[in-house]
Amino acid sequence: MVLTADEQAIETRHLGFTISPHEECGVEQAVRLCEQHGGEVTVLTLGPAEAEEQVRDALALGADRGILLRTGGEEWDPQATAAAIVEAVEADGEHDLIVFGNESADSGGFQVGVRVAHALGRPIVTGLKGLSVENGRARCEQEVAGGRDVYLVPLPAVVSVLEGINLPRFPSVPAKLRARKKPVETREPARAEARLERLRLVVPAGQGKQAEILGRGPDAAPAVVDVLRELGVA
Amino acid sequence: MVLALVEHEAGLLDELSLQALALAQTLGDPVALLVGAGGREAAAGLGPHGAARALVAEDDRLAAYAPSAWARCVDEAIARVGPSAVVAAGTERGNEVLAHVAARRDLPFAANCTAVHGADAPLTVTRVRWGGSLLEEARVHGPLPLLSVAPHTVAAVAVDGAGAPAIEPFTPALDDADLLVRVAEHVDAVQGGISLAEAKVVVSGGRGVGSADGFGVLEELAGVLHAAVGCSRVVTSAGWRPHTDQVGQTGTKVAPDLYIACGISGATQHIAGCKGAKRILAINADAEAPILNSADYAVIGDLAEIVPAITAELRRARSP
Repeated sequence: MVLTADEQAIETRHLGFTISPHEECGVEQAVRLCEQHGGEVTVLTLGPAEAEEQVRDALALGADRGILLRTGGEEWDPQATAAAIVEAVEADGEHDLIVFGNESADSGGFQVGVRVAHALGRPIVTGLKGLSVENGRARCEQEVAGGRDVYLVPLPAVVSVLEGINLPRFPSVPAKLRARKKPVETREPARAEARLERLRLVVPAGQGKQAEILGRGPDAAPAVVDVLRELGVA
Repeated sequence: MVLALVEHEAGLLDELSLQALALAQTLGDPVALLVGAGGREAAAGLGPHGAARALVAEDDRLAAYAPSAWARCVDEAIARVGPSAVVAAGTERGNEVLAHVAARRDLPFAANCTAVHGADAPLTVTRVRWGGSLLEEARVHGPLPLLSVAPHTVAAVAVDGAGAPAIEPFTPALDDADLLVRVAEHVDAVQGGISLAEAKVVVSGGRGVGSADGFGVLEELAGVLHAAVGCSRVVTSAGWRPHTDQVGQTGTKVAPDLYIACGISGATQHIAGCKGAKRILAINADAEAPILNSADYAVIGDLAEIVPAITAELRRARSP
């Protein structure tokens, strides 16, 4: 990874942006639940103006409407992020279920969903690999050593999901066209002062080593087996 | 004093919590907190790991994991100990419990730290971003820093001759809301094959494998090496393999003796899942692929020819 000169960000001039995997699965799961039980899916994100593109991607997966909490592009710490989401959710009315990605791909804070659930006074179950709704309850499944743990919680509730809970659909061209016409509301929340304050980014040591070439093509097989023996795995 | 949440299972201490205790010791004298059945038995083994004192939260209702109840126990332990920081392992549960404590007390929480710098407030930490592909230095503002420790980034310490810690059982004041979210049942996994997370060798395939059928040669090599088969995210997105096989930041993180990456280009999100391997062997058609900057060994060429040749060579070398 290449950092900007001030060590505050990744150099993104040559990179694209996408919805992170956990969150994409979260949108897909919400859309599936509404296809099954009825209802409406609202997608919400906090990010710069350009993040509207990811909101549209989520609408193409089948969500009905979007909310963009627009920032100036700077990173918000977990508490500021959670506070802005709580304010937006409360202003938006009743939701039976709020679905988060388990942790953000970039900052990996493992906490925004829990903070939002606490502020709203709702139960939260995190790290889900299975989620269904029956009789006003969410059946939540986590993968743990030796199997799955199951939680049953009453709605309204908050959950966070992991990639693998489903395989998100590839949006069709008509779905992408429809997504352009769906409503996206933009708000500009006030940013609370960071209490987990990022000072700088650091590229970890040990990146950029160079592999020893054992050979080319199938003729390298004996050299590979020698290495497997040395490592004690052959 | 530093309060350290120590996880345990059936009376046995969790290795990742011992690593967290090692980091806690750099901040002050650790006081351990153990929650749930078997806590006293597990606490007895903590002396060598730096805890001279262990609080054990006991209540029959703590037999099944309940994140909010665990956070309540941490909350009460904070009141008893008056620590300068609270530390847990960066496991699913460690992170979840500290997030609940942070939300209850409106405190900042730094997840997956790899180091702390000094012990003075405001505390400066180094923590994991992008699943470990990048780190950040951050300052934790607030009267009580909450930190989890990224797995396998700090070595556990054990001092010979240290006695058992003083054990202080207490009964937390749990209410119904604390127990609303709790494990209601456990469904056992269907047994079969070698677990990706525990395998000594992982044979993994990426886009270069070409198709679901292309994994046949990888399966065969894995069979000979008693290895598990893994794959990259491209492969699960294409539906060639189930997500349970995915190695990466959003899949399984593996730590085998050897990781064989076949036709995997080496995106940072994939490396985040396999960098725990002791050695990486890359088999790739492209000698310029980024995976070669993470691998120890490489073979350049068509994996559909190379992988079966390795399998054949292993069989030949073993035959009498």
